[in-house]
Amino acid sequence: MQNQDIIYGINGPVVTVKNSRTFSMMEMVYVGKERLVGEIIGITDQLTTIQVYEETTGLRPGEPVYGTGSPMNVTLGPGILDNIFDGIERPLKAIAEESNSSFIDRGSNVSSLDEERLWDVTLTVKEGDQLKGGDIYAECPETAIIKHKCMVPPNLSGTVVKVAPNGKYKSVDEVVTLQDAKGTLHSLTLCQKWPIRVPRPVVKRRQPVVPLITGQRVIDTLFPIAKGGTAAIPGGFGTGKTMTQHQLAKWCDADIIIYVGCGERGNEMSQVLDEFAELIDPKSGRPMTDRTVLIANTSNMPVAAREASIYTGITLAEYYRDMGYHVAMMADSTSRWAEALREISGRLEEMPAEEGFPAYLPSRLAEFYERAGFVDTLNGNEGSISIIGAVSPQGSDFSEPVTQNTKRFTRCFWALDKALAYARHYPAINWTSSYSEYFNDLDPWYAKNVGEDFIKYRKRINSILQEENQLMEIVKLIGSDVLPDDQKLVIEIARVIRVGFLQQNAFHPDDTFVPLEKQKLMMKVILHLYKKARQLISASVPISGIIESGLFDKLVKMKYDIPNNKPEMFDDYIDEINKTLEAIVNA
Amino acid sequence: MILDYIGVKEINGSLIVLDGVKGASYEEIVDIRLDDGSMRQGRIVQMEGERIVVQVFEGTRGISLGNTRTRLRGRPMELPLSPEILGRVFNGAGRPIDGLGAIFPQKKMNINGSPINPVSRVYPRNYINTGVSTIDTLMTLIRGQKLPIFSGSGMSHNELAVQIARQAKITDEGSENNFAIVFAAMGVSNDVAEYFRRSFDESGVLQKVVMFLNLSNDPIIERTLTPRCALTAAEYLAFEQNMHILVIMTDMTSYAEALREFSSSKGEIPGRKGFPGYLYSDLASLYERAGMVRGKKGSVTQIPILTMPNDDVTHPVPDLTGYITEGQIVLDRSLDNSGVYPPVSVLPSLSRLMKDGIGKGYTREDHSALQNQLFASYAKVMDARSLASVIGEEELSPIDKKYLEFGKLFEQQFVSQGPNENRSIEESLNLGWKLLSSLPRSELDRVDDAILDKYFAPYEEKNAAPSDDDTPSEGGGEAK
Repeated sequence: MQNQDIIYGINGPVVTVKNSRTFSMMEMVYVGKERLVGEIIGITDQLTTIQVYEETTGLRPGEPVYGTGSPMNVTLGPGILDNIFDGIERPLKAIAEESNSSFIDRGSNVSSLDEERLWDVTLTVKEGDQLKGGDIYAECPETAIIKHKCMVPPNLSGTVVKVAPNGKYKSVDEVVTLQDAKGTLHSLTLCQKWPIRVPRPVVKRRQPVVPLITGQRVIDTLFPIAKGGTAAIPGGFGTGKTMTQHQLAKWCDADIIIYVGCGERGNEMSQVLDEFAELIDPKSGRPMTDRTVLIANTSNMPVAAREASIYTGITLAEYYRDMGYHVAMMADSTSRWAEALREISGRLEEMPAEEGFPAYLPSRLAEFYERAGFVDTLNGNEGSISIIGAVSPQGSDFSEPVTQNTKRFTRCFWALDKALAYARHYPAINWTSSYSEYFNDLDPWYAKNVGEDFIKYRKRINSILQEENQLMEIVKLIGSDVLPDDQKLVIEIARVIRVGFLQQNAFHPDDTFVPLEKQKLMMKVILHLYKKARQLISASVPISGIIESGLFDKLVKMKYDIPNNKPEMFDDYIDEINKTLEAIVNA
Repeated sequence: MILDYIGVKEINGSLIVLDGVKGASYEEIVDIRLDDGSMRQGRIVQMEGERIVVQVFEGTRGISLGNTRTRLRGRPMELPLSPEILGRVFNGAGRPIDGLGAIFPQKKMNINGSPINPVSRVYPRNYINTGVSTIDTLMTLIRGQKLPIFSGSGMSHNELAVQIARQAKITDEGSENNFAIVFAAMGVSNDVAEYFRRSFDESGVLQKVVMFLNLSNDPIIERTLTPRCALTAAEYLAFEQNMHILVIMTDMTSYAEALREFSSSKGEIPGRKGFPGYLYSDLASLYERAGMVRGKKGSVTQIPILTMPNDDVTHPVPDLTGYITEGQIVLDRSLDNSGVYPPVSVLPSLSRLMKDGIGKGYTREDHSALQNQLFASYAKVMDARSLASVIGEEELSPIDKKYLEFGKLFEQQFVSQGPNENRSIEESLNLGWKLLSSLPRSELDRVDDAILDKYFAPYEEKNAAPSDDDTPSEGGGEAK
């Protein structure tokens, strides 16, 4: 039955087949005797072009190419969580065990999900029920904290004619039989397949109005992202993109984390594996890995699979979104993905656009980021996917095509700054060149849940930072000594904001995650000192006296000195500010 | 049956095209015998039906359309390996050139290697003590890391690499004898290769060194094989013979240029500065071969050296390297000119893996706080200097003047050290605190009080009693 043809030409990851009418566009194929996974990316009447997801060394013209008749797809079902996959959803742990080698060999034929494992399944439908696409027919605990919901594939509907009893099943066992309108029987197992390049359908996209809380002050306060939102983190090497991504993955309040290491370092992936296994989720008391999926295409793994890894990641994210979870997807880094596009495009001898990138780069980026969103799912739940994509601009130059095009399609822009990183100011998010477009969407939520003050304080903090920025232009030219006292105060208080508030220590037990309430109170204390000090200065008290009181330094260390669970301590700070400043006046 | 294919159809740069070839496989090695009896090797880089494109490692000089006989070897490029390779010298394509005969192989390995499964990697945590203050304190080298030196022509990167190789100490018990160096020279001059050889000889480690030399006058295409051969040897020693391997590769810029030459002769669409679009993937396929794997005792640590054309860190080679490697040691021209050795430019240098390999149980509990503070304070030195260059030193505020003073001491005493000076980690850390004591305590905002009391206070008091003037004289004695 298999449609089959033979290899004609080979050039890196691109393989061609001559005079073939066998395959269709984007079909998944197996290439050569070792059955390397590939995908049809171009067809002319003479040549069919295949991109191969594995090393092509040793392939020969004349070896067979097998068609599969279906597009490149992934298997969706229980066993995805707490797992690590390569760019085309092959389980790396299972491959390591099966091959008994520390290196990845080609043509490993291990199924994506463990087909031997038994799941404790509860059926939620009965015979005679009408089901439509997306409806849930079975549930099983996938990990200790996440319940997996098996859903009817979106393009299928019908009447349940047979239901298996509750019990233990493998992921490929049939649990429900569905009869569609034409009378055809479909067997539903615990898993299903879905093509990675096609977004899974939803009922409706909603305006995102709930923030994705990250516990990182500079993000939550100054540049918030919504659940279902998109953000880009551009930064040259060494500015802390990966570190920021790790922090967000660890602390953001999404239910499921999909972490795609796209063309990044192998040691970083093993760090993620180590750290996430050790990190205990405060809400559930379970390790982070219970709600995490890793997709690893390290920079030395085949480049074509790198291009696919982003789509694999977002498809898994959509699957969990459809169950009604809030998913956060970290893509580190989308530049590597764009470069993979460029590399393949070059091999196809396409006409390059900007800097050798193919002309379809912007549309591919747009397609990817548009798969984020806060939605009503087919089964009536609500779920969301937030995408946080790192961008590695060449030569740290933000005007290059990937950064510029990403900027068009994401609504948060967290620009990492080399100068801040050199001074070890982390997270090195530059507060003048970054922005978030979610303020207006999220302000009602902040007002309701954290308090109106929060918004007010944020605006004040922002304007102080802007003011400092202008003053620094002068200071750079003539030094700070010549400034009048009120401007010196702005610089001094801005230092407290920068060092004491925006800077955050990922290795400090309290400071690594800070609840919104503490963020608000920190702003409150800082602004209180500013207000009081300004009153003194307008009453001609010299600023040197206020600086010598040590109040500024005390506030800088406030983030370490006040534990997250003792917000009442902030009142002591306010009292102390009042008393100390009064003493200065009286002296 | 072994077939010889007579003649070629087309010659273009280092590439030859053959037609009517049957049964060849992609990336297979071919032997090319010229009519005068000389042998060359090549690799199949592109195939279309029976037409194959072969890259000739030694170049195509002397090849005509009719004077060659080409034979397929049936295998991709493999390197013969055995523990005997220690102490030997090879050319860039892995053939012995020290006159000691061929290697009797225990094993042959494909020089392209296979990617390490991320699941099988061990996250590197053990630091390597190099005895260089700046590196140990501020950008600690970790076993299994890839930490390049970004340098420029004429700066002392070779001296630094030799010093690291000579002084590198692994801190575990019992691993002293397990340490070896693989050295790959790509397009460097004979003098440089000789300098490395002599230095290894003088420090008595030559029997633990494997050298792969592709000097600047050697065939360029062979250069694209050199690091692959070296890393294959390193992987063999590390993962089959359980040794700790330090790989020094110099100069990666020449390697990338060789790749560019090859790419353009193949007629590929060039990317930035004419380098091929796959430069990132290609460099990654080298750098990512550093690491440690589960169940194996050995490790591969890489120190690639690259010279930045025109000292430009945004040039594609250093830029892409920085995105792949786990940090970088950047050398600075102006420090070098003012006689500071090693001229490490502290601020842009970084080690990404150090955070988990330092501190209590590894180096000392105050290490992380100290390095943070040194970076932050030195960044302020730079601000003060740029301000001073506009308004003059006299006009600076007292605190800015203190920073200038600190910056001077830091560069003269901490960054600068002798090429044979081996400082212990304790010495380096203490020196750091001592230098910080030229600043008032309130400026040390990256350190919490407990650490300050324990490590900073002793120096603070010493400094507070006499006047500030005697700090420089104290420093003068130590700088070499």
